[in-house]
Amino acid sequence: MILIWLIAILVAAGLVAWVVARWNTQAARWIALAATIADFVITLIVWVRHYRQFVLLTQGNWIEQLDWKWIPRFGIHFHLALDGLSLLLLMLTFFLGIVSVLVSWAEIQEGVGFFHLNLLWVLAGITGVFLAMDLFLFYFAWELMLVPMYFLIALWGHERRQYASVKFFLFTQLSGLLMLIAILALYFAHHAASGVYTFEYEELLSTPLSSTAEWWMMLGFFLAFAVKLPIVPVHTWLPDAHTEAPTAGSVVLAGLLLKTGAYGLLRFVVPLFPGAAHQFAPIAMILAVIGILYGGVLAFGQTDFKRLVAYTSISHLGFVLLGIFAWNELALQGALITMIAHGISTGALFVIAGLLQDRMHTRDMTRMSGLWSTMPRLSGAGLFFALGSLGLPGLGDFVGEFLVLLGTYRVSKVLTVLATVGVLVATFYALRLVQRAFHGTNIHQWRLPDLVKREVLILAPMIVVLLWLGLYPLPILNTSKSAIDNLQQYASRHITAAAEAK
Amino acid sequence: MTRSDAIALLPLIVVAGTSMLLMLATAVRRSHGFTIALTLVGLAAAFGSIWIAAPITPCQVTTLLVIDNYSLFYFGLLIAGDIGIALLVYDYLGKRDVHREELYILLLLATVGTMVLVASSHFASFFLGLETLSISLYAMIAYLQLPRPLEAGIKYLILAAASAAFLLFGMALVYADLGTMEFARMAQISSAGTAPRGLLVPGLSLIITGIGFKLAVVPFHLWTPDVYEGAPAPVTSFIATASKGAMFALLMRYFYRSGGIADRQIVLVFTIIAIASMIAGNLLALLQGNVKRILAYSSIAHMGYLLVAFLASGQLAVEAVMFYLVAYFVTTLGAFGVISVLSGSNSEPEQIEDYRGLFWQRPALACVFTIMLLSLAGIPVTAGFIGKFYIVAAGTSTALWALVIILVVSSVIGLFYYLRLIAVMYLTPETHVTTLAQRTSSIGGVVLGTLTALLLWVGIYPGPVLHLVEGVFPR
Repeated sequence: MILIWLIAILVAAGLVAWVVARWNTQAARWIALAATIADFVITLIVWVRHYRQFVLLTQGNWIEQLDWKWIPRFGIHFHLALDGLSLLLLMLTFFLGIVSVLVSWAEIQEGVGFFHLNLLWVLAGITGVFLAMDLFLFYFAWELMLVPMYFLIALWGHERRQYASVKFFLFTQLSGLLMLIAILALYFAHHAASGVYTFEYEELLSTPLSSTAEWWMMLGFFLAFAVKLPIVPVHTWLPDAHTEAPTAGSVVLAGLLLKTGAYGLLRFVVPLFPGAAHQFAPIAMILAVIGILYGGVLAFGQTDFKRLVAYTSISHLGFVLLGIFAWNELALQGALITMIAHGISTGALFVIAGLLQDRMHTRDMTRMSGLWSTMPRLSGAGLFFALGSLGLPGLGDFVGEFLVLLGTYRVSKVLTVLATVGVLVATFYALRLVQRAFHGTNIHQWRLPDLVKREVLILAPMIVVLLWLGLYPLPILNTSKSAIDNLQQYASRHITAAAEAK
Repeated sequence: MTRSDAIALLPLIVVAGTSMLLMLATAVRRSHGFTIALTLVGLAAAFGSIWIAAPITPCQVTTLLVIDNYSLFYFGLLIAGDIGIALLVYDYLGKRDVHREELYILLLLATVGTMVLVASSHFASFFLGLETLSISLYAMIAYLQLPRPLEAGIKYLILAAASAAFLLFGMALVYADLGTMEFARMAQISSAGTAPRGLLVPGLSLIITGIGFKLAVVPFHLWTPDVYEGAPAPVTSFIATASKGAMFALLMRYFYRSGGIADRQIVLVFTIIAIASMIAGNLLALLQGNVKRILAYSSIAHMGYLLVAFLASGQLAVEAVMFYLVAYFVTTLGAFGVISVLSGSNSEPEQIEDYRGLFWQRPALACVFTIMLLSLAGIPVTAGFIGKFYIVAAGTSTALWALVIILVVSSVIGLFYYLRLIAVMYLTPETHVTTLAQRTSSIGGVVLGTLTALLLWVGIYPGPVLHLVEGVFPR
């Protein structure tokens, strides 16, 4: 039951905030903050309560479940389930949710109620994606998170917001619909084999498929997640959407929406279509390395602060893709840590970009320089997260990327070497960011206020979490271990079954 | 006609009777309030009588009409839609200084035409229903007697008359070949006979021309944008929903019963029409700056989607079409409802610019319009999403990959113009003198509120509607 609350709190608080904002905008902000904090606390409690089970690997497949009949005509259930993987991603979701509400506190002054409605509903949609165990419900939530995100970009974004928001919507919608066709094809294939109409994830796992059918369905799913992740040829919506979105929108996009793509690959693509995914792995890993290098090199060339950070996302998510398709435990754990660490460090960089834009009304780094002299605390935070992004040991990103590289080394040495070059490129763009914006002399004579208390309150926990991930990631690894074991089992069970059938 | 025949036909008789009563009442004394009241009572009674007719279905009333669950479902849909349209007409005409009462008579007559269409099992009733519908529509489109409605009315008259001629010629050819006008017998004769059927395919093609005109599918769509634009908004909503919906119901019954769908040439023709409608409808809508024209092209595309389900053929296809039409009725009525409610005493909000900043001035109305447009685009939580899901499911179940993928791609193109329209409503408003209605009338509010609630209800919990369409197949 607790799972429905996670979603219901966000949906209801969004509506209340919308209505309340007519009289009192401040109250709307507090309501949104309370809702995200409530959800975060709930997930924390669940985590602490079940932590022993995670360590001892004694829990079953799911630690919490909820299964209601929804549309019996098609065998559709409202089925939510929580395991270690979803739990970690949900904690990230609500943590960044709190950050997004706080960061909008001063930035959003128009349409405050509608803004928070959209923000909370995006979070609700993302929560649904991470919890759905019925493929129809998953698609439902997948599509649902688009609309509020579209509004966030289109209404509160920067100069080219219309273009960016429409591009974002069209890319994701098209790829999502192709996934819908694949879901339906799987649904009918399962019926043909077993006589049962169901969208249930665990039942569809054992669907026998011909290798061509499996291949095409895998591609349908892969494309949807590839656009979200994003993977290089289909990434072009990302720099625009991230750059034009308001700060909270960028944080949610980079920190969470991209993760839904990675989550989909982990949860659905490989376990549902292990054979095809195995064949496809070399291509996916090559695409991943291309993404790592391409994102890094393009980030290096940017002068727009947010655009630079946007391109680094492509590079970081390349590591996630690499880890997922390497498909061994080390690499998968690494991919998960990278997802979380990237959510925090990139989220924080977007927050800093937002703070800078608030103060300077520009994101152009050629107009910055020597900001350290006027805003030492903000610049220090900027340096910290830039170092996180370049993979400095001791911070979260390093652990994730290191594990991914370690896992990939067992699969392909060449790709590992090339991906390591990507880490090097990260050093270039991160240091260049710091040098351009914060170091040097203050040639434009900027006189700007440093961080205020609310802003410290946003950035300090992010610093702490990133350090924690970097220094003592064991709790995260413990929590996700059994979930990742399960996913690997699904995939291998399927492969052995196929081998026996032959 | 036996007693049970009369009971089976009760919904039809009540609607026809109401139109006669209205005509007499208007001759005695004009009263807008009384007219709408009588119309609503008549429609409500007709709606209720569906449950009286339901126990004795299926029932073949003469060779002309068949009252089965399929007919009754569409009766219900058409009558319920009509109630919404009548209320919108009341709101719309209330703001204008014209004779108002005749439009309701025409509306009811047109409804009789649509009901005959969905129940017909014979060429004669097919044609009679079609003509009853068309002739009422000529007058409805031109009702305001302003230059643009008149132009639209004439255009519709000429093209509809021409297409009816094609249809008749087609029927004659099919009759010459098969020697029967009953749908069900056609299947028997054409499957039994071994003689070459030289006239059958040309005949069917001409019939497709006639049906295609009413459905406004490419290449028979040219009248649509002009008529949509010229006709009063509530009348446009009737053309978009009832007229097309009834025609589609007939299309399915005719081609499934007569076995026409089994012919590979016919399937090819419909496939081409479907693809052309989906692509052309959505692409041409991109170029429009007039909201009613956008909705016209969007409806062309939607008929293309429906054809995908039609081509999937089988139980799932029939259900998908029925469900989709429910969603489409609600959505389209809602969208034209917003236009109609926003209309002033002598103008309608037609240009996209008229909607600029609507959200900040009339948030409720803008939200309703947004939800309707998202439903047309097939975004979750709305009925349109489940409808689209149903159609894609029907297409996937019979492996119509090319059609399904074109549906998906073209619907993404469609999303582009819906988003454009939505985005405009949320821009900061310009202060300018407006000729639009400044506040929503209570009737308009009730209609739009009900439609929105229905849309979300069907979108979130479609169980009851799915239950209604489950297992229904045209006899």
